[in-house]
Amino acid sequence: MLRDITIGQYYPVDSIIHRLDPRVKIIATFIYITALFIVEHFFAYGYVLLFLAAAIALSKVPLKFMLRGLKPLFLIILLTFGINMFMTKGEVIYQLGPLDITKEGVLQAVFMGTRLVLLIIGTSILTLTTSPIQLTDGIEKLLNPFKRFGVPAHELAMMMTIALRFIPTLLEETDKIMKAQMARGADFESGNIINRAKSLVPLLVPLFISAFRRADELAMAMESRCYRGGENRTRMKELSYHRRDMVAAFFIAALLTAVTMDRLM
Amino acid sequence: MSIIIENLTHIYNPSSPFETVALDNINVEIKAGEFIGLIGHTGSGKSTLTQHLNGLLKPTSGKIIINGFDITKKDVKLREIRQKVGLVFQYPEHQLFEETIYKDIAFGPINLGLSEEEVDYRVKDSMELVGLNFDAVKDRSPFELSGGQRRRVAIAGVLAMRPEVLILDEPTAGLDPKGRDEILDQIKMLHGKYKMTIILVSHSMEDIARLVDRIIVMHRGAVALTGEPRDVFKNVELLENIGLAVPQITYLMKKLKALGKPVRDDVLTIEEAKLEIQNWLRSK
Repeated sequence: MLRDITIGQYYPVDSIIHRLDPRVKIIATFIYITALFIVEHFFAYGYVLLFLAAAIALSKVPLKFMLRGLKPLFLIILLTFGINMFMTKGEVIYQLGPLDITKEGVLQAVFMGTRLVLLIIGTSILTLTTSPIQLTDGIEKLLNPFKRFGVPAHELAMMMTIALRFIPTLLEETDKIMKAQMARGADFESGNIINRAKSLVPLLVPLFISAFRRADELAMAMESRCYRGGENRTRMKELSYHRRDMVAAFFIAALLTAVTMDRLM
Repeated sequence: MSIIIENLTHIYNPSSPFETVALDNINVEIKAGEFIGLIGHTGSGKSTLTQHLNGLLKPTSGKIIINGFDITKKDVKLREIRQKVGLVFQYPEHQLFEETIYKDIAFGPINLGLSEEEVDYRVKDSMELVGLNFDAVKDRSPFELSGGQRRRVAIAGVLAMRPEVLILDEPTAGLDPKGRDEILDQIKMLHGKYKMTIILVSHSMEDIARLVDRIIVMHRGAVALTGEPRDVFKNVELLENIGLAVPQITYLMKKLKALGKPVRDDVLTIEEAKLEIQNWLRSK
């Protein structure tokens, strides 16, 4: 059940998208999100969809794997869909008790739902095709110019690396503690909401304790290897731009132009 | 409680690049009241196998029949199975969560829906079984105790479910020699006095040789070897090839024999070796 969460999970295959410079991928993801919010008509989703389809095809990550990332967010998507459907004023096409379903509402709901799905899938490409180390390297490099304004670029990147590094560990730990409590007859799946929340105590207390223990141990291990922040650190793999990065930059710029043109015209 | 495992296969993350076959067509039969030692190097599938036995993991294919019931069927009551098959995970003290030791041990019995008196009785009883003084520690926080004592609290928490089969995954990992011996003695007592079926997962060939009736050796998700300790530990080469070993004392006796001394080389414990060496010295 917990293994289904794909957010922040790297899918290790070799593809042109995997080989792109992480900086390009991070910026492209931001532009992609911007483009998604510029879209005003259904038609313009066509550009986004085309771009996304190409990226997915090139990434060699199976579509099924990407769609799995939607599962845990299904409730949020459904909620957005519902709220938009019932709360938009306009021409009433169906009445459900005190709630009116309007034509505008349905359109708005489909529109928002599509946006959310595209947003989730699009951003998951970044984490699926970029290893956590590359990702934080990219972020550190991108933040470097802001160092003179007091942005602790290295520290932020290190915090992110550690946080990402511990996602699978904590998931595994959760899985293990859950099983151990289930072996003692704990039930996490049935009962009303209050009972279910209560049933999480035997899971969360040990999880927090172990997270703190791990943090302590990691800090100790880093210090005993003389870690003292980013000063004078060199890296084994320097980031550099290649031709494929230029091509990627061109395509994401084309996407942004296309959706902007569509909105303005 | 007999356990029959038929053609059990388990695949993690099927059809993804992380796909791994953890168990590959396992066939094992465990009789009621047997003391089984499960050995194999890290990643050989021991933990995956044990988690199948109380329904925490569902097999990809195959059957697990406990006391005549197939627990892989859809309509089984998992809670009943989990009550009958107690599983003590590695480092079980990491799962303690309650404010007091009493409450933590009572967690399982309360989940079974037992009456207050019964819960109280079982907590007392299982604390006794693991050698904890009820009055002295029941109201203390589990986090105040030493590692070895915390582990006993965790084992008591499983024993309070009154399982008929007890599975222990490396119950002595990380304990000092005294703590280790105490825990092993208690497990031995549970088997001897209470006739529990025990499955002990361990990396200590000495402990396995000393305690169990039968050994199951796992390698790469399959059963490589099974039999009584004396027979299993004859296969030195095979065991070493799959990252295991035989007890230290067995190596010593083999060396003596190789030097032409008139001793048996299928000796498993120090006591046995002592007798054997005494006999040899007397016969000189």
